Amino acid sequence: MLDFLHQPAGFGIGETGLLVYDASQPLWRALAVGLGNTLRVSLPALVFATVLGTLIALARRSVHPGLRTAGNVYIDVVRNVPLLVQLLMWYFLLLDGLPDTTLTLGWVQGVTLSKGGLSFPWLVADHGAWSWSIPTQDGLSVTGGATVTPEYLAVFMALVTYTAAFVAEVVRAGLESVPQSLSESAQTLGARPRQVMLRVVLPQALRTMVPAMTNQYLNLIKNSSLAVAVGYPDLVSVGNTAVNQTGRAVECILVMMSIYLTLSLLTAALMNWFNARHALRGQS
Amino acid sequence: MRWTTLNRFCRAALAITALGATLNAPAWAGKTLDAIRERGKVQCGVSTGVAGFSAPDSKGRWTGLDVDVCRALAAAVLGDGDKVNFVPLNSQQRFTSLQSGQVDLLSRNTSWTLTRDASLGFHFAAVTYYDGQGFLVPKKLKVSSAKQLRNAQVCIQSGTTTEKNLSDFSRSQGVPFKPVVYDSFEAAFKAFFSGRCQAYTTDASGLAIVRNKEAPHPEDYMILPELISKEPLGPLIRRGDDDWFAIVKWTVFALIEAEELGLTQANIDGFRISPSPSIQRFVGTGEDMGKLLGLDKAWSYRAVKTVGNYGEIYERNVGSGSMLKLPRGPNRLWSQGGLMYAPPIR
Repeated sequence: MLDFLHQPAGFGIGETGLLVYDASQPLWRALAVGLGNTLRVSLPALVFATVLGTLIALARRSVHPGLRTAGNVYIDVVRNVPLLVQLLMWYFLLLDGLPDTTLTLGWVQGVTLSKGGLSFPWLVADHGAWSWSIPTQDGLSVTGGATVTPEYLAVFMALVTYTAAFVAEVVRAGLESVPQSLSESAQTLGARPRQVMLRVVLPQALRTMVPAMTNQYLNLIKNSSLAVAVGYPDLVSVGNTAVNQTGRAVECILVMMSIYLTLSLLTAALMNWFNARHALRGQS
Repeated sequence: MRWTTLNRFCRAALAITALGATLNAPAWAGKTLDAIRERGKVQCGVSTGVAGFSAPDSKGRWTGLDVDVCRALAAAVLGDGDKVNFVPLNSQQRFTSLQSGQVDLLSRNTSWTLTRDASLGFHFAAVTYYDGQGFLVPKKLKVSSAKQLRNAQVCIQSGTTTEKNLSDFSRSQGVPFKPVVYDSFEAAFKAFFSGRCQAYTTDASGLAIVRNKEAPHPEDYMILPELISKEPLGPLIRRGDDDWFAIVKWTVFALIEAEELGLTQANIDGFRISPSPSIQRFVGTGEDMGKLLGLDKAWSYRAVKTVGNYGEIYERNVGSGSMLKLPRGPNRLWSQGGLMYAPPIR
């Protein structure tokens, strides 16, 4: 049933990340490149969304009224506008903002900026020896080095800002679930604010936060499939092309479903393991 | 904890496999014609909006070359060109929709290729438009040939034959490209016009549509002379119903034959008393051709009376009578140097 995955893919992919790929390679390689691209955007987005979300949650609990309002407005606006709309907004804003012609940025050799994105030198392994690959103008665009394309950046920004709004609410709920009396008694015993947060509030807040956070992480990974709308070659984008080239719609979609299922269950398993550890520590 | 996860995985995997097993069963319908008569409507799969081929006009009425094929078919089979349900399908949905029997035919600017014909369980009935893939570039790029597009970033819409053609052309000519693939027609050309790509590629008819209707300044863009592929577009049906196959095929042939015979929407009534046997057969006053297809005598007369002959359909939707102004090129009749040729209706 899945033997067609070994046939040559026959189509090119614009960004391949760390993998090497061309159209003569089998279809499963193409899907692997798509999966690589999905991970390349969602994993960093997970980290940044968590950090940004925590900062917003702290802003909402701040004593400073300006910070509190800013946090509230951010959450209300971002949480209530569909992600696809935000994604397209980021993408076309980026495209408008980038220069029409290739600019060479002076401060480091080989750093260029164009509508194709930001290119910079990157280490490549060539038969075991490491060397710098410098972006150079070749034909109509810049090749070599590494490139952050506007598609990647748009997907990344949209996922981070959108998920951060939800993460912020999870973190705030977690912090508020710890009874005020506990931090007050810690203060009475002479703990400094930092100690109160790290030793008393956070360990107990984590217990309530982790399961809800798992949901947000799963959402982020699955939401990355919207990338297809702005031309980022993620798993769904490559999968759609595969559907059309081979005509094996059901099989290709099953493959995509299985990959997302595996990714989600792995994430859930990891979070459950983390949760189990923290739940125990909280009880002792 | 680990066991629960494994258990959940197994259950979900089982569910997916079961789903796959049910969907994999081929759903060949039996007598399509009987089903259509019973329903009183032809289910016609069209695009979600490609001007000139299938798109709703300002009053919400579907128009276009592909749409007219369905109307001609409804006129031939049911006697009324409006007895059609148009089902808009995107390029990923279209084949599954035809396979599953949701539509009776797909008339949706779809290229005839061996893979689609042989491995997806379809029959392409005829060619209604000979197209080819080309490139649209900004004039300021100062290129005059596709071979000068080395390392160009090329905006494409996914779910078409276009991606593979581009890669084939790239490999045979040794010109590398960087494809940027969007899932919608609009996103692809909007990104191109905003300067993200140096070139935009699709079928030549599509390039003309995008340049003339969507470009902020059409005169700033040009279509490169090379066509890198053959794209014969036409209606297709599910395998397993040869009678229906013959009806679709001969309805398209009738439209082409009408142009050759000089029969138009306006003048066909005047030919009802023609002395020519081939015209008599066509308008239904001579031998009964319709019976052989399971239809009545006037099937081809009604098709032309409803939408006109092929030449009229072409000029009204994509040619001189439309915004697109596409020259007829290979879509002229064989007798005028083109490729449009209908086997004799006799």
